Amino acid sequence: MHNFDYHRPTSLADAAKRLSGEAKLVAGGMTLIPTLKQRLAQPSSLVDLGGIAELRGIKPEGGGLTIGAMTTHAEVAHSAEVKKTIPALAVLAEGIGDPQVRNRGTIGGSISNNDPAADYPAGLVALGATVITDKRRIAADDFFKGMFETALQDGEIVTAVSFPRPDKAAYMKFPNPASRYAMVGVFVARTGGGIRVAVTGAGPGVFRATEMEKALAGNFSADAIKSVKIPAAGLNSDMHGSAEYRAHLVNVMARRAVTACS
Amino acid sequence: MPTASMTVNGKAVSGEVESRTLLVQFIRDKLGLTGTHVGCDTSQCGACVVHVNGKSVKSCTLLAVQAEGAKVTTIEGLANGGDLHPMQAAFRENHGLQCGFCTPGMVMSALDLVQQIPDPNEQQVREWLEGNICRCTGYQNIVKAIQAGAKAMRS
Ligand SMILES: Cc1cc2nc3c(=O)[nH]c(=O)nc-3n(C[C@H](O)[C@H](O)[C@H](O)COP(=O)(O)OP(=O)(O)OC[C@H]3O[C@@H](n4cnc5c(N)ncnc54)[C@H](O)[C@@H]3O)c2cc1C
Ligand code: FES
Ligand code: FES
Repeated sequence: MHNFDYHRPTSLADAAKRLSGEAKLVAGGMTLIPTLKQRLAQPSSLVDLGGIAELRGIKPEGGGLTIGAMTTHAEVAHSAEVKKTIPALAVLAEGIGDPQVRNRGTIGGSISNNDPAADYPAGLVALGATVITDKRRIAADDFFKGMFETALQDGEIVTAVSFPRPDKAAYMKFPNPASRYAMVGVFVARTGGGIRVAVTGAGPGVFRATEMEKALAGNFSADAIKSVKIPAAGLNSDMHGSAEYRAHLVNVMARRAVTACS
Repeated sequence: MPTASMTVNGKAVSGEVESRTLLVQFIRDKLGLTGTHVGCDTSQCGACVVHVNGKSVKSCTLLAVQAEGAKVTTIEGLANGGDLHPMQAAFRENHGLQCGFCTPGMVMSALDLVQQIPDPNEQQVREWLEGNICRCTGYQNIVKAIQAGAKAMRS
């Protein structure tokens, strides 16, 4: 690992000021530190968000929830507030990696990194969440831009994610047996605004299965999407599974999620 | 050079580090506490698990400077003089180790489980061990040891 300067600001304004040049933010470090070890990134300085109290915590807001960027996966998984308002989100957080990853990894770090096999992107897109940064609010549909890319600009800091409350929601994941990342994860949410189905792990980034959403709008049942095929073209193919296998898994996981919703 | 100051196994410690020094390097190389192991460079094996402010974390994926002011417990902090901690004793009695490389991480991870679920069932133990890899035992006796250790801690 190359060396760098380390800063631990206690305010958001101070953190933003430190983010010039080759500086990088560190949240839970669960992705960034292994990346530094492999020398895949060589920041001149690290700005640790761990000392900024306002970035932590889960608040009920407007019937839904606002979760601070530095809230850990374990905190979301165990939160009584999350279990009451959006239980599917607690299930999603509990399924991330392992207990030690959940004790450090954060929602802000996960979505900013936007790993194509990460779990949170599916939750944010299906629930129609809004990403709040120190500069603006970004709808989840516009935030995730494909593999490891987001709408974040240089020096922009995610401060929180705001989730509306769904009527029903469920997340079903087929974990890679070695890494626990999603081979395929499908988040289904039924809200006042309609039905949304978001898929992670299968493609280069999270996407909505719009044909499934249409079929479910007419008949919210697992049978309604049984024959809805996801095209394999463009999906991930690797040593863990072919694109065809993943396309099939999307349908299986989606049906399980719909069943879990009803 | 930055310094890192923290409490390790109840003792205040402090030392010069580089920003890039990992907590596990500080513990092993600066403090000479070599019970905490490093088994991978991908944050997957759990040989390095210690407690930071009461929670189990991978000390290979945390910078020493990030643990500034924290309370850290390593495997060396468990025994009371010559008396093993009940979880350590349970690993010995149940043959929960072969080479022992993964054991400190297993024990530290198990203790975090027991503080959340004092009486974990087999499934809960197996799920909890997702982040601890053992290349020797096949896990069977590790699971047994953790359930026995949890029981001993309850009594
Ligand atoms: C063994 C292992 C298994 C895992 N399994 C899973 C899994 O099953 N599912 C899953 O979804 N994830 C998994 N992860 C990833 C884990 O969830 C990470 O916590 C997450 O991807 C990154 O979050 P972090 O807080 O650790 O961020 P960091 O590693 O600190 O940062 C990641 C990136 O985001 C940037 N960043 C961080 N916070 C912000 C912010 N507030 N604003 C702007 N940019 C920011 C950083 O600069 C960096 O580029 C796993 C990780 C490991 C090590
Ligand atoms: S050394 Fe393998 S997880 Fe830390
Ligand atoms: S006892 Fe050898 S790695 Fe677990």
